[in-house]
Amino acid sequence: MKLRTIAHARAGDKGNLVNISVFAYRDEDYAMLVERVTEERVSELFREHITCPVKRYFIPNLCGLNFVLKRRPTDSVTRSLRLDAHGKSLSSLMLSLEI
Amino acid sequence: MKKVRIGAGAGFSGDRIEPAVELAEKGHLDFLVFECLAERTIALSQLRKREDPDAGFDPLLTERMHAVLPACRRNGVRVISNMGAANPRAAARETIEIARMLGLRGLRVASIEGDDVLHLKGAFRPFDDQPLPGNTTIISANAYLGADALAEVLDRGADIVLTGRVADPSLFLGALIHAFGWEKESWNLMGRGTAVGHLLECAGQLTGGYFADPGYKDVPDLDRLGFPLAEVCEDGSAFLTKVDGSGGLITLQTCREQILYEVLNPSSYVTPDVIADFTEIRFDQQAPGAMRVSGAKGKPRPRDLKVSIGIDDGLIAEGQISYAGPGALARADLARQILEKRLAQIGAEDPRIDLIGLSSMHGSPADSPAPYEVRLRAAARFRQEVGAKRLTREVESLYLNGPAAGAGVTFAIRENIAIVPALIAREFVTPSISMEVA
Repeated sequence: MKLRTIAHARAGDKGNLVNISVFAYRDEDYAMLVERVTEERVSELFREHITCPVKRYFIPNLCGLNFVLKRRPTDSVTRSLRLDAHGKSLSSLMLSLEI
Repeated sequence: MKKVRIGAGAGFSGDRIEPAVELAEKGHLDFLVFECLAERTIALSQLRKREDPDAGFDPLLTERMHAVLPACRRNGVRVISNMGAANPRAAARETIEIARMLGLRGLRVASIEGDDVLHLKGAFRPFDDQPLPGNTTIISANAYLGADALAEVLDRGADIVLTGRVADPSLFLGALIHAFGWEKESWNLMGRGTAVGHLLECAGQLTGGYFADPGYKDVPDLDRLGFPLAEVCEDGSAFLTKVDGSGGLITLQTCREQILYEVLNPSSYVTPDVIADFTEIRFDQQAPGAMRVSGAKGKPRPRDLKVSIGIDDGLIAEGQISYAGPGALARADLARQILEKRLAQIGAEDPRIDLIGLSSMHGSPADSPAPYEVRLRAAARFRQEVGAKRLTREVESLYLNGPAAGAGVTFAIRENIAIVPALIAREFVTPSISMEVA
């Protein structure tokens, strides 16, 4: 099953950092997020975009996780040559994760 | 208990104007805030101000003020915005002109300056691991001001306040500090006000914008998406809602996504006013379209302010061409191989070739079924215009010198201004206030 089945996500940007928050639709699925959406799995999924392993923060109050991705200095919002300079579409890549 | 109603009239400089008018007319607001200043926008505005001392404020300011001021005046709504960009004083003068033209005499229009710290280059320090840029490339430098000067100018009776670089949530927090007389070292109140500001600062992103995903997250009437407002209590808790009958929705999901938008560490969201902690925040749905938010906290504000330095980053050239029908992907791929060889010969920095419809966002062509049509996009950075023009010509030349049936070439060259963050000790930065009556 894809992460999209049980969770929703949003991407935001700060310079060459991108954050992707992931939330369980149902409170009871939060534990599954914690167990399966790990720093290792997410770092692997985003390997072509990042320069170091991703960092994961827990927000159990919101049944959410927050991932911070560090991109290359030339991949900041104001320098990137990508069509998606902000990384706004990366939340959709996150939701494609097989869990 | 005293309550303050504060609305979000824009979440970026090009945002839709109708929802702001709707809020001014029907939101029973005390304050309407327009957040219109992206990181790079202020550097571009500085360049315009250099050409013309009366320019350098938001290009949509005139249209927005014309649209909202009559209803704001009628309903006693005070307006706060960073539409001053690189020139808040000129923005205030323009606003006074508009108010007079509309017959709205007596409005007190204020501006806040002091965010321009270009003359303080020597005091900049690196932000995290990012080196300071070389002096010769610097175009602009603006420190993020906090809520202090804004609260003060509202205390003095301003009806409209125009600022340059002020941290987005501070535009809202300033109004709350003024309205409630909050002590600026009540860190939990600063944290709660900042949470409200952060939830509102992107306007429609709280009410169903940047959210819909058909079949999973459906949003009604996005074509007339309403912008949010908060009814804030003196203890910093708030009800988030929007004008009845407007499009969009406010749910647990929209609120959760927006509270962490552009947030790195949720326990340390740094603004000039406070280090806010969102980890214990609570959202309670009171009714459809009405959400109570509470539980944010705060820690003492940082000693340094963040500075956005605008630098000249050369030119970015881009060209696109499409292939369609049987074999479209194979022809686009052949075009890619040709271009890769040609771009290697013309001094392109970070050259990039995407196949739009396949792999321009993320993923790789091998994972995707062959599409009916493919659009190739080439982009690269150049220091000299001659190289940039070469890229666009190489793409255009694919018509006559590339694979069969290439179509629909477009290309563009733009000067790129990049933003590099830095820090400056806050004692170097002194906001200044001025106010005039229309």
